[in-house]
Amino acid sequence: MQTTMERAPAGTSPKAAGVTSTNKVTARGVDVYYGEKHAIKNLSIDVPQNAITAFIGPSGCGKSTFLRCINRMNDTIPICRVTGKIEVDGRDIYDPKIDVVELRARVGMVFQKPNPFPKSIFENIAYGPKIHGLTSSKAELQQLVETSLQRAGLWEEVKDRLADPGTGLSGGQQQRLCIARAIATKPDVILMDEPCSALDPIATAKVEELMVELKRNFTIVIVTHSMAQAQRVSQKTAFFHLGTLVEFGDTTQIFNAPVDKRTQDYIGGRFG
Amino acid sequence: MTDMSATTPAGLAPSDVTTDAFKARVRKRYRSEALFRAYGAIALGITAIFVISVVTDIVRRGLPAFWTHSLVLDVPVSADAVDPQGTKDPAVIRRADYFTMARDALRATVPGVEGRVPRRKLDGLLSSGAANDLRELLAADPSLIGTTVKTRFLLSDDSDLYLKGSETEIERFPARGIGTPSGATGEITILTSSNDFADDLVRVKRDLAERIEGLKVELRRAERGDAARAERIKAEIAELDARVNQPGVAETLDERLPSLLVAINGGVVKLSRIGNAEASGTVILPLKSTADAGAGAWEVLTYTVPESNRKLGDLEITFLERLKSEGRVEQHFNTIFFTAGDSREAELAGILGALMGSILMLSVTLALCLPIGVLAAVYLEEFAPKNWFTDIIEININNLAAVPSIVFGLLGLAVFLNFFGLPRSAPLVGGLVLALLVLPTIIIASRAALKAVPPSIKEAALGVGASKQQAVFHHVLPLAMPGIMTGTIIGMAHALGETAPLLMIGMLAFIVDVPTGWTSSATALPAQLFIWSDLPEAAFQAKTAAGIMVLLVLLFVMNGAAIWLRRRFERRW
Repeated sequence: MQTTMERAPAGTSPKAAGVTSTNKVTARGVDVYYGEKHAIKNLSIDVPQNAITAFIGPSGCGKSTFLRCINRMNDTIPICRVTGKIEVDGRDIYDPKIDVVELRARVGMVFQKPNPFPKSIFENIAYGPKIHGLTSSKAELQQLVETSLQRAGLWEEVKDRLADPGTGLSGGQQQRLCIARAIATKPDVILMDEPCSALDPIATAKVEELMVELKRNFTIVIVTHSMAQAQRVSQKTAFFHLGTLVEFGDTTQIFNAPVDKRTQDYIGGRFG
Repeated sequence: MTDMSATTPAGLAPSDVTTDAFKARVRKRYRSEALFRAYGAIALGITAIFVISVVTDIVRRGLPAFWTHSLVLDVPVSADAVDPQGTKDPAVIRRADYFTMARDALRATVPGVEGRVPRRKLDGLLSSGAANDLRELLAADPSLIGTTVKTRFLLSDDSDLYLKGSETEIERFPARGIGTPSGATGEITILTSSNDFADDLVRVKRDLAERIEGLKVELRRAERGDAARAERIKAEIAELDARVNQPGVAETLDERLPSLLVAINGGVVKLSRIGNAEASGTVILPLKSTADAGAGAWEVLTYTVPESNRKLGDLEITFLERLKSEGRVEQHFNTIFFTAGDSREAELAGILGALMGSILMLSVTLALCLPIGVLAAVYLEEFAPKNWFTDIIEININNLAAVPSIVFGLLGLAVFLNFFGLPRSAPLVGGLVLALLVLPTIIIASRAALKAVPPSIKEAALGVGASKQQAVFHHVLPLAMPGIMTGTIIGMAHALGETAPLLMIGMLAFIVDVPTGWTSSATALPAQLFIWSDLPEAAFQAKTAAGIMVLLVLLFVMNGAAIWLRRRFERRW
């Protein structure tokens, strides 16, 4: 895997084989509290590498909260407290020695609402590589921007107006811009928090295509309210309910033969 | 729909929009809306009327101060008086007595003014700084020495006010009869073949009758207390009554009556006694001859405002009218107002000193406030832990913004002047005090601007691996900048208009020199306006209004700069 090779040339090379059985993110006994509220209760999960894992469940079940724990975005909320163990590539990310900036460079994120920087399209993509020093020359940076936009399927649409503001794009384009921005920092894992909830079906289809395309190089975790989307794109599905992980397994198994009664009810549309 | 309502439970039935009650409710809603809009329009209208009337009043009163009057005189500049050694050294040339030269030139232009008092009044037309132009002219070009120089000499503030037309009106009546003066200078009598003075005599008697009415009111008041005074007033009334009741009998004029003058044979006579066909008085400007003047060739002048109610006496007005008719008076833009510091002479006082003081002071304030205020706001908003200590700091900042400004002045006096021993009246100290005053405003405005930046931007930056500091300084702060700028400019405008704290640190002072540095003595625009508004001279009232205009223009420029900066920044994003 190209990105891993560049970041850590030695030691991690076996992962480059792209074996889906390897676990990228491992959580054991995770509890999350918002002040007094116990948002996630004793959660354990293994997210496989180079696959798409979907988190589904009713609103307020804690799936977004857990997603944000994986790159420690919850640190920005002062009242949020996380206990338990979450490992990415076998390293405990809540270890005080871990550098949160480096973690977020490796675990990128795409948010529910497209949030491009109010700068030019080029600047949007180039910002991450610039602050991480990923490129050594201007030409290299331009190349990286182009590659990222191409992989996000946006290059053809914006190549003539890279200097235009990113906020001037349509909603779907903005979201793909955000994905391109996440790719540009060459992460291992991309977290997507309901990336298509603000998009129309055509834009959604494009983003989904993109996810399937990206999974060859990245590990993707997606939170979605659309069960159809989870079925279309993901290999693994986790069903959350009231802060607990109810059921986790292959997507086909979760949707066709759910074991838990709550999963059956949710998938059958009887609550949610 | 109506079918449905039959089956749905009563509480969920669609509301019937056809009932009178419903229609009344709708009407009431529209009515209250229209009423609210009307209130808004009325409030706006009233505000607009006030603003317009205030601005027009200030402009009407201030605009004349931007123009001033000078005399254009031909001055023979002799080498003996200016530069006897012929050094052509500007320092030597500057030392010469130019005012005497100007005075002599004026006396030569209005010949025939004899006696100490008339001469002093003629000299008094000129400003004490009248010769400054001539001095600079010669210092710049020594080759003019020995020639006759034609240049401008500034008039005094009273002469200037008279020429701007605020003192008195002059009525002219061409005479119908043949006028015969008894002499060309001194006390003379003028006889007329027609009753040319009869109308004026009637008017004088009428004015005297009015004076009696006034005295009667005074008498009633005096009768209640001061018996002796009442007696005096009674005697005066009786005397005036006798004069009024003798129509056609000659009258003596005094300075409480409108002044009467006769312009005849190229001279002017100020009348002191008039009958129907005869008048006598003192010659102000000598007559060319004592020959008879035909009907229409001479005229009777009336200065309608009595001399006792004027700044400028009959002599000065007559001199000025003569100079004006000879084309010696020139109106020009008042450059002194923009190039000089304060002065006791209204015509020499300028706003530049105060303007420079304000600019120096505000630059100190800005240099201190902007970095400290913005960084404090960034720290408190983005980095500081939320605990009781930061809560106390926040409450204190909010309270500081409401502290009366005089308190900051006292603080400045105690800390900067007494403890640190900084100089009094210095823009540096003024700037420091105003910085204390403005800092809370800027911090509060900056925090509000930072808060208004959508958190998604910060999340996006953190999401691509920016550190907290990078997220704040690369993304949040630039987006908050327009708001911060607006807050800063509002704070600066507030500081520009602040007077109270400056009282305490000695900036409310009469300072003639234009300040050149942070520690030289200075005053500020509002302080200067306060000083001027307190002075009795009418010319300073116009200066005050003109100064307000300068202050307002400065404020407009600052606000314009704020808008321009905001536009510029917003375009970038």
